Amino acid sequence: MPRVVFTQNLRRHIDCPECEVAGGTVREALEAAFADNPLLRGYVLDDQGALRRHMGIIVDGEALKDRNRLSDPVSSHGTIHVLQALSGG
Amino acid sequence: MVERILVSTRKGLFTLSRNGGWDISGVDFLGENVSLAMHDPRTGNDFAALDHGHFGVKLQRRKPGGAWEELKAPAFPPKPEGFVDPDGWGRDIPWNVMRVWALQPGGADQPGLIWCGTIPGGVFRSDDDGENWTFLDSVWSHPKRKKWLGGGADWPGVHSFCIDPRDSATLRFGVSCGGVWRSTDKGETWDVTATGLRAEWVPPEQVYDPEIQDVHYLAQSRGEPDKMWVQHHNGIFRTTDSGISWSEITGVDPSTFGFAVAVHPQQGDTAWFVPGIKDEQRIPADGAFVVTRTRDGGKSFEKLTNGLPQRHAYDIVLRHGLALDETGNTLVMGSSTGGLWVSENQGDNWKAVSNTLPPVYAVCFA
Repeated sequence: MPRVVFTQNLRRHIDCPECEVAGGTVREALEAAFADNPLLRGYVLDDQGALRRHMGIIVDGEALKDRNRLSDPVSSHGTIHVLQALSGG
Repeated sequence: MVERILVSTRKGLFTLSRNGGWDISGVDFLGENVSLAMHDPRTGNDFAALDHGHFGVKLQRRKPGGAWEELKAPAFPPKPEGFVDPDGWGRDIPWNVMRVWALQPGGADQPGLIWCGTIPGGVFRSDDDGENWTFLDSVWSHPKRKKWLGGGADWPGVHSFCIDPRDSATLRFGVSCGGVWRSTDKGETWDVTATGLRAEWVPPEQVYDPEIQDVHYLAQSRGEPDKMWVQHHNGIFRTTDSGISWSEITGVDPSTFGFAVAVHPQQGDTAWFVPGIKDEQRIPADGAFVVTRTRDGGKSFEKLTNGLPQRHAYDIVLRHGLALDETGNTLVMGSSTGGLWVSENQGDNWKAVSNTLPPVYAVCFA
């Protein structure tokens, strides 16, 4: 099953331990990760279900291509890193 | 007598307590961007809207004596695939809550009801003390909503609600830029009550278009609810007929430009403003930070300066940055440069609580 790892900065706001979830795409894997933690969804995805603008996802070393539908495939042994940039003062 | 003030800032939610004088007694969400807070006098609950930037808008609630808990934040419904939703400038409006810009308890006879306004200009209602939010399609699908314009914020937004004290099913909200909207049936249907508001920055034929007026804040006197005030991008406006018609107040020293307005709870002719130079500069005139007060419905104004910095002050009070308590005597205001002042005598004298807070977005009595 794919592994999902959330950035440390996100853990400051909400509990989101690394998890292994079922899913053949990034969307399926993330929705599975959100199933037990519905508030987490809003930290990663916007109201339309797209990846938030300043968030990034890397799947096995490759940046996510489909930021709206999250349709990028993920293998059963793959790792999804959910990352974000920090900016501002 | 109120004992607490909640101060929403760029770097946390500060609580002021009355202990002899007012002082900072606590801070929550330190380091986080708190865009707005609300106290619900019906339940004693406090609410805080956070904007985590990268992680989006969040909503927190604290019950009396309890700890903060995160609630599901209001969110737009799915935008149909390929659907383009242009604002008045023709730009496609994203259906994503970017800021919670208004939180308002319903009437005393409406337990659990809370109204929420956002940027972009969504209106939401909760019937269960903020646990769940319903998006008001009655506003969003209204043909006149399509005329709203983004102003200082990129997208048009809903920033102030007034629940009519005579009938809680009647409510109004102000939009920047979209005029004043009224419902008499708890949000089922809406009309625009902005006749007389004037926008001098648009082509001549649109100057009085009700749906494009840049209302910065809307305030209603609970004791004299026919009397309402608007601090508008263009100046100060007043109605004495519940918003059927508005008239412009001019000739106020030092200016009529500003963001905030507070109206006395019993005396609808008494109101306070925090003026600045309009409108590109947005600083106090001559570096002197003042509050203006009228007691006669705008015929005359006093300039209140006691306790406020009068040299090299560049404080601007944003639209939620001024509040008046239930007695009509105690005022609090916080500025964009981190100043915070309280007056216990209707603005005659001010006392600085701090000059070094983070930028203040909003203040409210709790």
